[in-house]
Amino acid sequence: MTTKLTNAQIAWRAAQDLPDAAYVNLGIGFPEMVAKFKPKGREVTYHTENGILDFGEAPPAGEEDWDLINAGKKAVTLNPGASFFHHADSFAMVRGGHLDVAVLGAYQVAESGDLANWSTGPGSVPAVGGAMDLVHGAKQVWVITDHVTKKGEPKLVESCTLPLTGVGCVTRVYTSLAVVDVVDKRFVVREKLASISLDDLQAVTGAKLAVGDTIGELNVPEI
Amino acid sequence: MNKIYPTLENALDAVDDGMSVMIGGFGGAGAPIETIHALVERYKRTGSPGRLTVINNNAGNGAVGIAAMIYAGMVARMVCSFPRSSDPKAFTDKYLAGEIELELVPQGTLAERIRAGGAGIPAFYTPSSFGTQIAEGKPVAEFEGRPYVQERWLKADVALIKADLADRKGNLTYRKAARNFSPLMAMAAKTTIVQASRVVEPGGIDPEHVVTPGIFVDRIVEVANPQQEEALLREGAK
Repeated sequence: MTTKLTNAQIAWRAAQDLPDAAYVNLGIGFPEMVAKFKPKGREVTYHTENGILDFGEAPPAGEEDWDLINAGKKAVTLNPGASFFHHADSFAMVRGGHLDVAVLGAYQVAESGDLANWSTGPGSVPAVGGAMDLVHGAKQVWVITDHVTKKGEPKLVESCTLPLTGVGCVTRVYTSLAVVDVVDKRFVVREKLASISLDDLQAVTGAKLAVGDTIGELNVPEI
Repeated sequence: MNKIYPTLENALDAVDDGMSVMIGGFGGAGAPIETIHALVERYKRTGSPGRLTVINNNAGNGAVGIAAMIYAGMVARMVCSFPRSSDPKAFTDKYLAGEIELELVPQGTLAERIRAGGAGIPAFYTPSSFGTQIAEGKPVAEFEGRPYVQERWLKADVALIKADLADRKGNLTYRKAARNFSPLMAMAAKTTIVQASRVVEPGGIDPEHVVTPGIFVDRIVEVANPQQEEALLREGAK
């Protein structure tokens, strides 16, 4: 029995919730994996901060055009109907409420919906990119993450101890153990792995978990 | 009206010590490599222009482009959103040694500050960065029940831009996602210097396809078959 989901499985689970006809921004790194698992038959248009709507998969090695990249500076291709635009228009799409979903990674998420995902504190070179903009404006802000840190500390917490990316911005968290919504400044469990009890889930969570009407089973295929 | 200059050297005589310099590009896409390198060569030869403030999304990669400026010692201050890259050593070493200053700006705020600078809007309110370190000390106001942070325009002495097509009147097109910050920077600088891959006669760009209208452009140099920063890095350029 699975004890926790792999990153690919977390990405798969999040991808099942992408609405048809949605405009979506996937943060660089792990969130980019969500695109791979988009359910067939749903049309999703991907936005990238550096000025493309409707980009597609990576080109075959050797066929990259380095003027055609995503925000992670990876080579991409274009789907029919794609468009280019400058950075101010790109962030008008972000802050102006035109994106349906933004998917981001996290160091910590607080029960208030606060997100910390850009800085681990002093001692390194700070870099924020577009994260502080992306958390505002998208109709839904999803986080995909392991449920705990590599050291086993909770990532879902009462309040973030790391520098904030945004206040009250996260709407849903897909973790390696559960699917959790942020509702009225508390975590509400929607789904959890059948192999883990609610008490065990609570034990690895840094804030009180509330339960809605029902808790669904977090079912993900082997990937 | 003819904004065409014969060489980058000529066009770049507008750049002087202590100036603020906006440089187009996002990573390697849109980085005006030949223009930057001409400026680095001049600095190595004459010791000028130095003490520059460079405004770009990033802070250089490897040892070409903006990284070459940093290695040469021309840059006193970087204004950017993401000073990391596949090889950020040039910036990181100088930053951690306290030899280069950093103003970190969220990417959308950076874009809008530059747009505002070019559009004559001294300040605006954005939801981005509210409640974070970036907003410390900045005025906050509520609109329709939500808090917003005041940000100010960003202008520069010069902008260095890579375009695809240009005509002598300054109308520009860009190639694919190499557009990014360049149309905004072209508006926000006192002197906008463009390297264009091809210069065409006026009318050679369909008015429907002009991305940057010529009024925002001051100087153009044709640089055919320009280098691409990412391609250079992958070829192992030093």
